[in-house]
Amino acid sequence: MWSFSGIANNIHTWLGEHFNATWTMIIEMVIAGVAVIGLFALLGLVLVIMERKVSAWMQIRLGPNRVGPKGIFQSLADTLKLLVKEGMTPDGADKLLFNVAPFIAMIVAMLLLAPIAFASNFQLWDLNIGVLYVSAVSSIMVISILMAGWASNNKYSLMGAMRSGAQIVSYELSAGLSVLAVVVMCGSLQMSEIIESQRNGWWIFKGHIPMLIAFITFIIAVTAETNRAPFDLAEAESELTAGFHTEYSGMKFALFFLAEYVNVFIVCAIGATLFLGGWMPLHIGNWEGFNHAMDYIPSSLWFFGKTFFLIFVIMWFRWTFPRLRIDQLLNLEWKYLLPISMINLLVVTAMAILGWHF
Amino acid sequence: MYRETEVIQDLATAGEGDMVINVGPQHPATHGVLHLVITLNGETIKKVEPHLGYIHRSIEKMCESLSYRQFIYVTSRMDYLSAHINNHACAMCVEKGLQVEVPPRAQVIRVLMDELTRIASHELWWGAMAMDLGAFTPFFHAFRERESINDIMEETCGARLTMNYMVPGGVMHDLHPNFQQRVKDFLQLYKRKIHEYDELVTGNIIFQNRMKNIGVLKAEDAISYGCSGPTARGSGVSSDIRKLYPYEIYNKLEFDEVLETGCDSFARYMVRIREMQQSIRIVEQLIDNIPEGDFQAKTKAVLKLPKGEFYTRVETARGELGVYIVSEGGTTPYRIKFRSPGFSNLSVLDHIARGSKIGDLVAMMGTLDLVIPDIDR
Repeated sequence: MWSFSGIANNIHTWLGEHFNATWTMIIEMVIAGVAVIGLFALLGLVLVIMERKVSAWMQIRLGPNRVGPKGIFQSLADTLKLLVKEGMTPDGADKLLFNVAPFIAMIVAMLLLAPIAFASNFQLWDLNIGVLYVSAVSSIMVISILMAGWASNNKYSLMGAMRSGAQIVSYELSAGLSVLAVVVMCGSLQMSEIIESQRNGWWIFKGHIPMLIAFITFIIAVTAETNRAPFDLAEAESELTAGFHTEYSGMKFALFFLAEYVNVFIVCAIGATLFLGGWMPLHIGNWEGFNHAMDYIPSSLWFFGKTFFLIFVIMWFRWTFPRLRIDQLLNLEWKYLLPISMINLLVVTAMAILGWHF
Repeated sequence: MYRETEVIQDLATAGEGDMVINVGPQHPATHGVLHLVITLNGETIKKVEPHLGYIHRSIEKMCESLSYRQFIYVTSRMDYLSAHINNHACAMCVEKGLQVEVPPRAQVIRVLMDELTRIASHELWWGAMAMDLGAFTPFFHAFRERESINDIMEETCGARLTMNYMVPGGVMHDLHPNFQQRVKDFLQLYKRKIHEYDELVTGNIIFQNRMKNIGVLKAEDAISYGCSGPTARGSGVSSDIRKLYPYEIYNKLEFDEVLETGCDSFARYMVRIREMQQSIRIVEQLIDNIPEGDFQAKTKAVLKLPKGEFYTRVETARGELGVYIVSEGGTTPYRIKFRSPGFSNLSVLDHIARGSKIGDLVAMMGTLDLVIPDIDR
C-alpha cells in the first residue's frame, strides 16, 4: 500500500546504491531540510486559506473566491505580494534585533517540526526526549516576540510583547503539566513510543476523566501559547493595532504570520499525537474486525485528519469568543488552570501506579 | 488640533514610569478619526484626553448659507447612523417656525422610519461593540439584519445611509408599495434571529466578565456630564425624549422607556439590546395602521421663518439631539446650533476610564456608542 514510509525507504535504498554512507547521509539531510522548508511554506498557505474559509463559513460570507477555483490560490497570491513588498525598518528601531526576530520565529517553528510523526515510521528525528524537546524549543518563541516588540521602538509593540511574554511563560506551565499526564501514563518521552502505547486505544479514551481534563487544559493552554483568540492579547488589533508586529511589513511580517500558523499546526499535531494517538488508527479493545478495517485507512490520513480537526477547533474558538483582558487571562492560568492541572497530574500518577486504566 | 507643544506638556506632566500613547486618529478601535491621548502606568489608565477636530466640516456654518429646505440634507452627515432622526429634528424645528401642521400619514411614516433607523443603528453598534472586544463574527450577524432595513430604506428613500427623506411639512414622497410587506418580513427575520445575539454575545462568560462592573458611571455623574440616551439610561437616569417631551405621535404609542440600574458597561449594553425590542414593538403597532391621506403638508416654495428663536429636540439612537435655529426673518437661518448627544457622552470617557485597563477603554468606548462626525460637526 502507498505510504510515506515506503517512499522514504525507496529513496534511502536508491541513495545507498549510488553513493557511499557519508554522502547518503548528507543528501538525506538536505532533502529533509528542503522538505521542512517546503512543509513550512505549504502549511502556512493551507492554514491561511483554511482560516479564511472557516471564518467565512461562520460569518455567513463566501470568503476568497476569485483567485483559482474556489479561491484556493488566494494565499499564494498574497504571499507573492508580500515577497515583492519592501520590508521596511523604522528609523528608531534596533536594526539587528528587528531584522533577526522574524527569523527566530521561523527557525523555532521549523525546529518543532522535527520530532512529529507524520505517518507510520515517517519522522525526521525520533529522539528519545521528544516531548521535552518540544516544550524546550517552543519556549524560545517568546524571545523572538520580545525581541520584535522591544526592537520596534513602538509603544504598541512593546506592550504587545510584554503581554505576550507574561502570557506564554504562564501558559507553558499548564501545557507542560497536561503533557506530563500522558508521559506518566505511558512512561516514555519518545514520540514513537507514546504513539505505540495507544495501539489498543487512544489515551483520551483509556485515561478516564483525568485524561479528558488534561486534554482540555492542553487545548486551552496551547491556544494561549500560540497567541490565538480569545487569548490574542499580543496582537489585539482593537487595542494595540497589531501588537508586537505593528512595525513589520513585507516578508518579515509574513514570517511572523506563517510562524503563527505553523505553530498552531505543531501544537495540534502534538495534541493529536499525545491524546488522540497520532497516526494510530482508531482501535477498540478486542474488536478484531473493526480494528482491521480501520487499519486500511492510511496512517498519514489519520494523523492529518486528527490534526486538522484540532486546528478547526482552535479556529472555531477564534471566530466565536471575545478577547479576555490581561488580568483575567493571567487569573485564568494561575488561579484555575494551573491548580487544576497539578491536582490532575497527581490523580493521573496515582492511576498509573495502581494501573487503573485500560 | 493636538500641537507639538501639548505633547511635550503631556510628557512633562506624566509621572515616573508613565507612558503617553496616542490612540488614533487612525486606530481600529476609535471608529473614525477620534484622537485619544492616554497616559498609562503599565496597562492601567491614568488619564484619557480626547482631541477633536479631525473631521470638522463646519456644518453649522454651512447651514447658515443654505435655505430652510436645503440645510436639512447636510444634517444627514452628522450622525450618519441616525440620518432620518437628524432630518426629523431639523424638519420639526422649521415646522415649528412656520407653524405647519404635519398630516397624520406623514407623522406615522416619520415615526416608523425613526424606529427602523434606531434598530439599524443599534444593530451596527452591537456588531462594532463585539468587534472592540475581539469577536468578529457578531459583526456579520448584525449586518445580516441591518441589511434588510437598509433595503427597505433604499426602496422608499432611494438611499441607504444618508436618506434626506424628511422635509419641512412631512416626507419627501410617499412610501413604496412594497414597504409594509418588506417591514413585516424584516420583523419576522428579526424575531427568528434575535436569540442568536444572546447566545453569541450576551450570555458569553468572557463577555460578561469584560463588561460587568467596568466603566461605572453613577447617576449623578451622568446628569452632571449631560449624558443622554442609552448612556444615561444605563445609569438609571430617565432621559427618553420620546417619553419626557413627546413629539409627533409618540404619546399615543405603547412602549417602555428602558432603564437599567447597573451603571456599568453591561447595563449600557443591555439598554440598547432592550431598546431594539421596544422599537420593534412600536413598528409592530404602526405598520398595519398607516392612515391614508397626504404625505406632505402644503408649504410655500420658498420658506421664510419669522424672526425669533426655535428649538426642538428628538431622541436619536445615541441620545438627545437638539436643534436651535435663530431666524432674522430671511430665507436662510441666522444661526444654527446642534446639541449633539455624542459630544456629552464622549466627555465622560476620562471619568469612567481612569484606573481601568487599556482593553477596557476600548470596551467603554464601545458602550458609549460614539459616532465621530456627530461629535465633531
